[in-house]
Amino acid sequence: MPQVSLKVNGKTHSVEVEGRTLLVELLREKLGLTGTHVGCDTSQCGACVVLVNGDSVKSCTMLALQANGAEVTTIEGLAKPDGTLHPMQAMFREHHALQCGFCTPGMVMSAVDMVNKHPHPMSETEIRAELEGNLCRCTGYNNIVKAIAAAWPLMHGQAAKAA
Amino acid sequence: MGFEGIGAAVKRREDGRFLVGRGHYVDDMNRPGQLHAYIRRSDRPHARIKGIDISAAAAAPGVVAVYTGADLVADGIGGLPCGWQIHSKDGSPMAEPPHPVLAVGKVRHVGDPIAVVIAETRSQAKDAAELLAIDFEDLPGVADLRAAAAPGAALVHDEVAGNVCYDWHIGDKAAVDAAFATAKHVVKLDLVNNRLIPNAMEPRAALGECDVAGHYTLSTTSQNPHVIRLLMGAFVLHIPEHKLRVIAPDVGGGFGSKIYHYAEEAIVTWAAGKLKRPVKWTAERSESFMSDAHGRDHVSHAEMALDAEGHFLALRVSTLANMGAYLSTFAPSVPTYLYATLLAGVYKTPAIYAEVKALFTNTVPVDAYRGAGRPEAAFLLERLVDVIAHDTGFDRVELRRKNFIPADAFPYQTPVALQYDSGDYVTTLEAAMKAADWAGFPARRQAAAARGKLRGIGMSTYLEACGIAPSHIAGALGARAGLYEVANIRIHPTGSVTVFTGSHSHGQGHETTFAQLVVDQLGVPLDQVEIVHGDTGEIPFGMGTYGSRSLAVGGSAMVKAMDKIIAKGKRIAAHLMEASVADIEFKDGAFRVAGTDKSKALAEISLAAYIPHNYPIEELEPGLEETAFYDPKNFTYPGGCHVCEVEIDPETGVTQVVNFVAVDDVGRVINPMIVEGQVQGGVAQGIGQALLEGAAYDANGQLLSGSFMDYTMPRADNLPTITVGTESTLCTHNPLGSKGCGEVGAIGSPPAVINAVVDALRDFGVRSLDMPATPEKIWSIIQANRPKMAAE
Repeated sequence: MPQVSLKVNGKTHSVEVEGRTLLVELLREKLGLTGTHVGCDTSQCGACVVLVNGDSVKSCTMLALQANGAEVTTIEGLAKPDGTLHPMQAMFREHHALQCGFCTPGMVMSAVDMVNKHPHPMSETEIRAELEGNLCRCTGYNNIVKAIAAAWPLMHGQAAKAA
Repeated sequence: MGFEGIGAAVKRREDGRFLVGRGHYVDDMNRPGQLHAYIRRSDRPHARIKGIDISAAAAAPGVVAVYTGADLVADGIGGLPCGWQIHSKDGSPMAEPPHPVLAVGKVRHVGDPIAVVIAETRSQAKDAAELLAIDFEDLPGVADLRAAAAPGAALVHDEVAGNVCYDWHIGDKAAVDAAFATAKHVVKLDLVNNRLIPNAMEPRAALGECDVAGHYTLSTTSQNPHVIRLLMGAFVLHIPEHKLRVIAPDVGGGFGSKIYHYAEEAIVTWAAGKLKRPVKWTAERSESFMSDAHGRDHVSHAEMALDAEGHFLALRVSTLANMGAYLSTFAPSVPTYLYATLLAGVYKTPAIYAEVKALFTNTVPVDAYRGAGRPEAAFLLERLVDVIAHDTGFDRVELRRKNFIPADAFPYQTPVALQYDSGDYVTTLEAAMKAADWAGFPARRQAAAARGKLRGIGMSTYLEACGIAPSHIAGALGARAGLYEVANIRIHPTGSVTVFTGSHSHGQGHETTFAQLVVDQLGVPLDQVEIVHGDTGEIPFGMGTYGSRSLAVGGSAMVKAMDKIIAKGKRIAAHLMEASVADIEFKDGAFRVAGTDKSKALAEISLAAYIPHNYPIEELEPGLEETAFYDPKNFTYPGGCHVCEVEIDPETGVTQVVNFVAVDDVGRVINPMIVEGQVQGGVAQGIGQALLEGAAYDANGQLLSGSFMDYTMPRADNLPTITVGTESTLCTHNPLGSKGCGEVGAIGSPPAVINAVVDALRDFGVRSLDMPATPEKIWSIIQANRPKMAAE
């Protein structure tokens, strides 16, 4: 079987995979990183979103072998080693942006990438449009939108303004 | 530490694990030696199975076993049980055809499981399942309700004549007929309540295990593990309760779809016993679409008789309800006791008569989905009220007010069996209209028209019933289960508390709200309280979470158990402080001798209870742990008013919900942040039903909406900011006064949305509109009516 080498949450792994193994299967089944979820089979729901070289990627739609040499960040690698939550995680908690928690890892990873790529403040309409690739069945997105809006200034170094 | 008791918007404790990827869902579990199951399902709606050749699949790499329906039959495994029996008008019991775990002889819907392949890896099992050679003889199928009811329709079950499961009725037909005979106005309406696919984000999964001593463990995505243990153990696999443990760990949403006992749970448990290795199955989303119980799917005709002033005199309803191909666990109760009994709504209609015919079709079984029967009743009534206003010229708000059950009329007995305990419909109506600026709508409509847009506003004043109860009444109506809830509360020696609850949290936040209840009742800090749910090995018993029952029923069981703790604590305190039990008061976590400064903290009492050196040992057992079973006296009756405002682009037919206000009476609120989130989520599902979602079948029963690419789930840009308010009256018969908030959003919102859309289209001659009101449907209406408008 072919070998894939990649860095996940700062740790290097070299793993044998089948050619058809998906990145999400590698993460969940070979590396035990079960925080990344699978919610569909048509690349629609976004529960599996991780960062690959800093870009949000649906890990159900990428072969493990395509991630050879990549740096991957999953939900498990987002908080600081001392447990301090990333501002996006903190704002999801603050604004009750999760209920059953199943879409949450993908939602948070998408939101992190979204805010990173928008240096200018985002309107509610923009946030809703950018969330197009992630499904949540519990919250009605209301509080997810609020959480992302609240995380924006924190992630762009405008903590005082956020508070 | 701030205020953490009842009424505090405490941040959720469960978020800590979910936000860092440490949730623990069934598919996250892996056991040493675990095998993987893949289910081969029918890709056709109705066919005879003439033969199954398993040889190639059984010989494929990694395959350990292949089982078909015949293997289960050979092991004496029968079908999946139904938990509710309805009797028809003529007194005969409903048709209850067998529901085999794996198909025997015939398949009856797309998704019907035929065989299971069990292999070392999931890919091997899936590959091998492709090699199963199944010889089908296709049969004519039927999916549509009216087609299923028509003479000569294809029969889903050969032994069920006319596909009729039951033909049931409720109410006083003679009184209704008499009222119609003298009515000034009669308004009629035909409605369709569209079939929905629940789509909890976590696909169903099940992991079966069996140890050498014959103890089975099933980990499953369930809203009610004890119910699954009872149904699967006693009725399917014949495993006694003491040898069967069912665990429902973190569960990624349910909305009803994870109440039922599903075939896959029995398959992995049975196979684990045969193979003596753990067996795991996880649904792919396409399997969820064709095997999770669907919701709604009614076709109804409604008629209201009114007097000259617009008072409702009588309501007559006739409904066809789709059961799908087999009876899911609680399916028969949904279009009967959870639907027709709600047809009084918030109105004092003196006479009501409803007939419900439930039919089998070649479709996925239909059962309770968020709201379950009550959204269908609310949609029928609240659309009918708007159509009455349209046809007779009465103002739609005044018509509602005129017919409301007044706030001083409770308890109120409806003509369809229910007795409402409390409510105040004028207050929620006025609060919602104010928050939505109903009065300012004409100006907004005019402004929208200037921009070339069609703007409409609509409302619903709905009522629902939660916490189905009491057990003996439910039993008399056909329930084959009790409907109480159980709590076990353990005060540890040093005063911290573990609550074992029979309710199950799959997004509702019980680990937070239930702990707040303990803070309130026992005066213990939040961080000293742990909530345990979802494991028959730890919790005495439970009926689980559905029908917005967890707080009203499960929370009340907790209060009962805490009352017992306090009562015992008083006796211990009286002994320790040498006082009479009657003089002991319990407040803020301490037992005090009334009128003195003598007191003992709960932790001192618990320590004395577990180390009974100075203890009334002659009259009291050591320890401080109590269990309560709480069986409610009645349903609870949340209600309220939802107001929706929409804007339609006439060029595209796209409807945008520009404002949504929900003001609900949910009884006492424990955590307002969580209540708001529950209502918003419910409203989102209701807007989804009204504008986007609809399960589509062809005439024969082929599923056309089998993935997220063809079934429109609400996304962030389909939804507005949802404003939530509460105006509570208290439930009068449970100790908390709480009513329930999980379903109000999904019940109240669909008619409010459609009423708003119809209002926006009022210049186009629209009186009625079926859900989902898709852009195509609306665009076609606008196109068809444009020339007429131009001519006028």
